Amino acid sequence: MASPAKRAQRVDAEVDADYNTDVSKLDTSVLWRITAMAFRHRARMAVAIVATLCAGGFQLLVPQYLGQAVDQARGLLAGATSGSVDSAAAEAALLTTALLLLAAAIARGVFTMMQNYQGEAVGQLIGYHLRLDYYRKLQSLSMSWHDRVHTGDLMTRGILDIEGVRLWVDTGVLRSILLTVLIGGGAVVLFHNDSDLALVALSFVPIVAVRASIARLKLRDTWIALQDQMSILTKVMEENLGGIRVVRAFAAQAHEMIRYDRISDTALAIASRRVRLFVLSTTQMTFVYFLAMGLTLWVGGAKVIDGTITLGQLTEALAFMLILQMPVRQIGWMINSIARASTCGGRLFNVLDLIPSIADAPDAKPLAVTEGVVRFEGVSFRYPSHAKDERTLSDISFEARPGHMIGIVGPPGAGKTTIAQLIGRYYDVSAGRITIDGQDIREVTLRSLRDAVSIVQQEPFLFTASIDHNVAYGDPWAGRPNIERSAQMAQLHNYVKALPQAYQTLVGERGVSLSGGQRQRLSIARALLPEAKVLVFDDSTAAVDAATERRIREALKGFVADRAVIVIAHRLSSLMHADEILFVEGGRIVERGSHDALMTVPDGRYRQLYDLQARGGEAKTDREGTA
Amino acid sequence: MSTETTSPAPHPSEQQERPPLAVVGSQIDQDEELFGRAFDPWVVKRFLTYLAPYKTRIALGVAAVLTFTVTQLTIPLIVRAAIDHALVEGATDIDLLHWFIGVFAGVVTLNYAANHLMETTVSKTAQNLLFDLRRAMYAHLQVVSLSFMDKTEVGRLMSRLQGDVYALQEFLESSIFAIGDIVLLFGIVAVMLSLNPALGGLTLSVVPLLLLVRIIWLPLARKAFMAAREASSSVNGALAENVHGIRAIQELGREDVNFKLFESKARTNLLTHLTASKFTNVMIPIVDTLTGSAMAIVIVLGGSMVLDQSLDIGVMVAFLFYVQRFFDPIRSLTLQYSIMQRAMAAGQRIFEVTDVDVEVRDAPDAEDPAEIDGAIEFRGVTFGYEPGKPVLQDISFKVAPGETVALVGPTGSGKTSTTALVHRFYDVWQGEVIVGGRDVRAVTQHSLGRHIAMVLQEPFLFSATIEENIRYATAGASHEQVVAAATAVGAHDFITRLPKGYATELDQRGSNLSLGQRQLLSFARALVADARILVLDEATASVDSYTELEIQRALARLLEGRTALVIAHRLATIRGADRIIVLQDGRIVEEGSHDALIAANGLYARLYRMNYASFDDIPPEELERALSDGGQRT
Repeated sequence: MASPAKRAQRVDAEVDADYNTDVSKLDTSVLWRITAMAFRHRARMAVAIVATLCAGGFQLLVPQYLGQAVDQARGLLAGATSGSVDSAAAEAALLTTALLLLAAAIARGVFTMMQNYQGEAVGQLIGYHLRLDYYRKLQSLSMSWHDRVHTGDLMTRGILDIEGVRLWVDTGVLRSILLTVLIGGGAVVLFHNDSDLALVALSFVPIVAVRASIARLKLRDTWIALQDQMSILTKVMEENLGGIRVVRAFAAQAHEMIRYDRISDTALAIASRRVRLFVLSTTQMTFVYFLAMGLTLWVGGAKVIDGTITLGQLTEALAFMLILQMPVRQIGWMINSIARASTCGGRLFNVLDLIPSIADAPDAKPLAVTEGVVRFEGVSFRYPSHAKDERTLSDISFEARPGHMIGIVGPPGAGKTTIAQLIGRYYDVSAGRITIDGQDIREVTLRSLRDAVSIVQQEPFLFTASIDHNVAYGDPWAGRPNIERSAQMAQLHNYVKALPQAYQTLVGERGVSLSGGQRQRLSIARALLPEAKVLVFDDSTAAVDAATERRIREALKGFVADRAVIVIAHRLSSLMHADEILFVEGGRIVERGSHDALMTVPDGRYRQLYDLQARGGEAKTDREGTA
Repeated sequence: MSTETTSPAPHPSEQQERPPLAVVGSQIDQDEELFGRAFDPWVVKRFLTYLAPYKTRIALGVAAVLTFTVTQLTIPLIVRAAIDHALVEGATDIDLLHWFIGVFAGVVTLNYAANHLMETTVSKTAQNLLFDLRRAMYAHLQVVSLSFMDKTEVGRLMSRLQGDVYALQEFLESSIFAIGDIVLLFGIVAVMLSLNPALGGLTLSVVPLLLLVRIIWLPLARKAFMAAREASSSVNGALAENVHGIRAIQELGREDVNFKLFESKARTNLLTHLTASKFTNVMIPIVDTLTGSAMAIVIVLGGSMVLDQSLDIGVMVAFLFYVQRFFDPIRSLTLQYSIMQRAMAAGQRIFEVTDVDVEVRDAPDAEDPAEIDGAIEFRGVTFGYEPGKPVLQDISFKVAPGETVALVGPTGSGKTSTTALVHRFYDVWQGEVIVGGRDVRAVTQHSLGRHIAMVLQEPFLFSATIEENIRYATAGASHEQVVAAATAVGAHDFITRLPKGYATELDQRGSNLSLGQRQLLSFARALVADARILVLDEATASVDSYTELEIQRALARLLEGRTALVIAHRLATIRGADRIIVLQDGRIVEEGSHDALIAANGLYARLYRMNYASFDDIPPEELERALSDGGQRT
């Protein structure tokens, strides 16, 4: 992976769709960046760190007091047998130790609480800001980038990767501080008592740490493999259920089960490997820990017998081991968290650092719409992902203005939709220029351009919301009369009125399912509402039947009179009334003129298409009797 | 919209009057988050039947759990014994110490072995159980009646197959440790009480306090946790919308409005998580205080008992060890409670799926004829999906071998139901459906699948290579057969133009192909299956005229030499059929060739004259007129 300085600030149009694959290596710059984000919340981080230090300190006091208590009891025992001890004073001493222990335990608890809470709060704050930044960035990145990336991948980044980064503060930063305090402080105390015993008691720490980190990394690999396999399984199940009629029609249940079992068995094998790895590492760690305890007892016992240390000191060493058991196991977690934060952060920053290729120029001014004249002047275009010589559009020139409607027709893949996309500046032209009322669209603000241009899409996206929300998507402050007027023009109003909940009916993923034609009509209503000066219909009536389309056209007559209209369609009846029809093929305009003029071209491409459609019964609907 | 808008609110003046008509993200499913009982005997019983195959492994696991617990409890006892017997002041004994160390090493090794065995068996059984459950559900969904599948959204089934299985996984994985914890807990209590009942009892007196705190805490905390979960899924839903609808969002300039709405969702998410975190963390000092109190009790009371010589000092040390071990399991067990609730709810939903009735089954003596003659006959068929609401009434017709019959009629007239009955997707209420001379209920469903090829309206493709899609269930088809079929339907050219030809991987549902290309592939798939009978539901979606021409050619090739029942939408297809059956409200109203029906001047003639490319396109009001005006309008 490149260093952050080199990686940062790449333009979205120039990155590969799978540019994120190599973030598996540990990248310390990513970790620093996250840590720096954490320290932006200075007060909280300060509290968290102080609390961590205190929690560690008090946790260390507990075994000391335990040892002290044992020694006191032992001393009392010895004193009682010899009859030289004031038993009241002895009990008072015990009570003092007990109270100190209790106080240490409470203090430890309170500080741990503060540490955990503040750690999580900082993590959540980082998550909150990252989430907003990410959302904003996705909104601003250009369509050429969105076309290439997988939506599932973007969701993973927005959910799991933010989570991975967020956890870094708590499981990474604070926990490593706590662990350092515990092991370091414990070691000081133990070495102060007896260095041999300390060495023995701490012997398990490095072994467990190394073992845990190796295991974690291996586990992570199997985890990724398992996730991959499970997502394949999900895909297979989803398709099977979605296409259940195909499965039944071909009596393919056996075939489908074989397919399922093959993937499921592989997944199970990986899952079992994961279990083996996991179990082996955790049980081995416990074993090593207990062996160290045995050694401590052995060495310490011998020393007690020698009289080098007291029994209380031995108890203290043992109690200390007990306290360290959990944190040492967590070393594995920490290493996991480091790897995870580095990977997740890398993937996230890859997106956050992108610069949108389509953005306002530094001196961009709002578009000043006067008449609404759209001009293509020698426009050529090549998709950034395509080869150098593979031009989608070559030398396209035309002018659409109020009263001069443009129709664009041609075989699939001719570049018709691309023309629509260029008008809204979803891509930038490779050569030539596009102007609206004389202003190059690259020199005006995107916001003002897109306000001035309404594109009715081929495949409209419905939001899971009510119909009025969907119609008013481009202008959420629109009044009810405006919404209904748009729906009326799009021939949607009668249908909506007949629904039990009318305009409040939920549509989209979880709402009522609309037919293709109804979706397109909703999309038309949505595009009409903002009353843009330039209207582009991008094959937006393909699924609407011819008669309804005719009614839409009639309803729109007054509305479009003072607007520039461009209609792209493959059904000739949708555009044969245009003032100028462009027949586009292979990215070039091969014929242009009015319907009547084009019909006179012998063997013309337009004429051929017309004949084709007349035979199929498509073209005649608009000109009954003439076809 | 005006030209100088740069602020997020297009109409600032109206903004005060009412909030914008806007939301981001979608509502979350309420019923998926229901919390019920933490223990449901019926669900548990059902689980146990799935555990039956793993009996020996489970027995081994139980033995391991017991061994593990005993050794775990013994370890502090050995430490205590070593201190009491070998390290007593004035009577130290190094040999005895060595002996204890030896025992300690033995017990620790045994502990390791038992621990390993326990975790392996439990985890593996849990994994197997999950995979078995998922497979059982999936396999069952392959045979349940289509009427169930029709009613149930794929998303909902997927959440059973994934979400619910994951909820169980969470439960099973955590229960591995929970089982050990519970046994350990009881073991510790037993050992403490047996070592010294009085001190043990006093030490354990803090436990009821802890439980009390937990009981008060749990419902409050659960509310906070649920709020946090809901906020999370709401934020993620809004993000998903931003990802999937980005084109519409940029197109309609909704960036700023959406961002504001998203910001408030993200803020709610932040705040609910902070609240949930408070609930989690407030328990830490409480548990620590109680642990500290228990230790203080041991020190003060135990100490004075040592003073009285009524307690060995080793026992006191052992007690201190046990107290430290004691509170961990309690802490994790209370967390276990909500996981158990989720698991029970998940189990219930899983078994709901595996218990769905299979309505259409092969008869015990069902035949599997190798060859059939290709005739189709309906005899007085009445059928519907809901009791009392028949969609087909007393339908009778015959299709001779090799004949092409077109079914036409307005939406809802029963065309799709008729074709579905040929394949026995559903069972008729009355009458008989006879395919190749046999009642469909007298042959296996598999044989129906072999002799009847179906082309559905939506050309559904799988994410696999083009070749695999064309071959699909006809496992024996060679590459040559696949190519031949693709060539016959005119798909060969575009396939070979793709970078990897027949080996090209299709994206989800073939989205990297055009609709027309997908249709051609689904024709090729039916051609490879090479069945005597073809049932075809013609696509209604409009494709461009060039593709349309190719599809008509491919269709002609597909129909060649087969018996065909076609739900026809395109006039070209209808006119090409040998015979046309006109359905209306579940009854046959007319039957005959195109010319005969036009001459009869009935419903068909009226619909035909309306000049719609497809009868399904006719708007309701015009259809109403055609159905009612009995032919006055000519």
